[in-house]
Amino acid sequence: MIYLDNAATTLHKPESVIEAVCDALRTMGNSSRGTHEASLNTARTVFGTREKLAGFFGVSGPNNVIFTQNATEALNIAIRGLVPEGSHVITTECEHNSVLRPLYLLEREKGVELSLLKADPAGNIDPEEIETLIRDNTSLIVTTHASNLTGNMVDVKRIAEIARAHGIRYVVDASQTAGSKHIDLSETGIDAVCFTGHKGMMGPQGTGGLVLREDIGIRPFKVGGTGVQSYLRTQPEDLPVRLEAGTLNGHGIAGLGAAVDFIESTGREVIDERERSLMMRFYEGVRNIPGVKVYGDYSGDRAAITALNVGDVDSGQISDILSFEYGIATRPGAHCAPLMHKALGTEAQGAVRFSFSYFNTEEEIDAAVNAVREIAERI
Amino acid sequence: MIREKKLKRIITFSNTTDAMAFEDYCRIHEVPGRLIPVPGEIAAGCGMCWMAPMEEAGPAEELCRGGYPHEGMFEIMLY
Repeated sequence: MIYLDNAATTLHKPESVIEAVCDALRTMGNSSRGTHEASLNTARTVFGTREKLAGFFGVSGPNNVIFTQNATEALNIAIRGLVPEGSHVITTECEHNSVLRPLYLLEREKGVELSLLKADPAGNIDPEEIETLIRDNTSLIVTTHASNLTGNMVDVKRIAEIARAHGIRYVVDASQTAGSKHIDLSETGIDAVCFTGHKGMMGPQGTGGLVLREDIGIRPFKVGGTGVQSYLRTQPEDLPVRLEAGTLNGHGIAGLGAAVDFIESTGREVIDERERSLMMRFYEGVRNIPGVKVYGDYSGDRAAITALNVGDVDSGQISDILSFEYGIATRPGAHCAPLMHKALGTEAQGAVRFSFSYFNTEEEIDAAVNAVREIAERI
Repeated sequence: MIREKKLKRIITFSNTTDAMAFEDYCRIHEVPGRLIPVPGEIAAGCGMCWMAPMEEAGPAEELCRGGYPHEGMFEIMLY
């Protein structure tokens, strides 16, 4: 199989990640639930991974790293824990449902008002337009770092400047960029980054995190066991336990820690350069094939994603032909990005998304280009 | 043989991350002691703390006095 669905999950993991998870499954107890060696070993691994991620995202210390099961959980914690009843939130049409649905829920349950920054036909948003949407009661700006459909980047540095100038919290969904793009919270002023471990971070599913520049007072919506202050009737106030009720995924976190080591030793720039080079090879190969329409803006920095359609054929049909006849894995349909598809006019047809990994090869890219050409010629 | 209680230096932390950071520092700098469950005399419930025999507790105490994140220091008779 040629695996080009890395924006959903990277299939090829570094060997060190697999070894770390297997080793953890054989040896780890429950972190922070005792002081025998099996428990302490897990606590040490969890702590070590927190430290690595704090450095990775440019925050002051390991307490600012909250482990979650994925980016969706991190976004739910941040959005539900930061937005007061009756306040106003700004987001964009580029968002995944992991941002949109928590906001829609707050609209229904808490009378929260929502403003959406429009995307242009290429799928870009203009950060300067945020100024026109800010109100007296705006409590939060939340945007993706890169669209999971088009791969277009959002200028999070500029949005952070605007948010800070107005004293508004800013949360970034880095699901498609963590692992390949440099994201430094202290440098940019972004308040929180939500990431998942199983995509560009090359770690296991069931890992992810919410990384905070400082303690911004996020209230927990999930409470329970923490291994500390057990006779308190309320959730302990300290980070990270305030937002981490329940047993952590220690086995997965061990793998995530190994994944961070792999990325750091390889170099984020090297990974980014490799992924973008593969994407551009694919883009250049398909963009002029008659009947193929490619979406997104290729003029600047972007995530390693190319979305396209062939004629007016349903994207599911094309993806299935790619899989069944060519052994090429892609993702069709709506990609949990309904507003982005509406903006691109692909609501009914969907799109076929090709997404690239550091471990893909030029031969795989060329095979995918040839497959698209052949399909376009006979449809 | 009956075990006897001895006076121990106990250092507590407000959260597990601080405890792990303390242990990490002590391991690297060969500061004597180890993590144990918080004694009931200090706090009921769960959690971990640093324990060192009094005669070896100097370096850990110095660390705390130097501002390394911790919650409190106690002297407790423990087995």
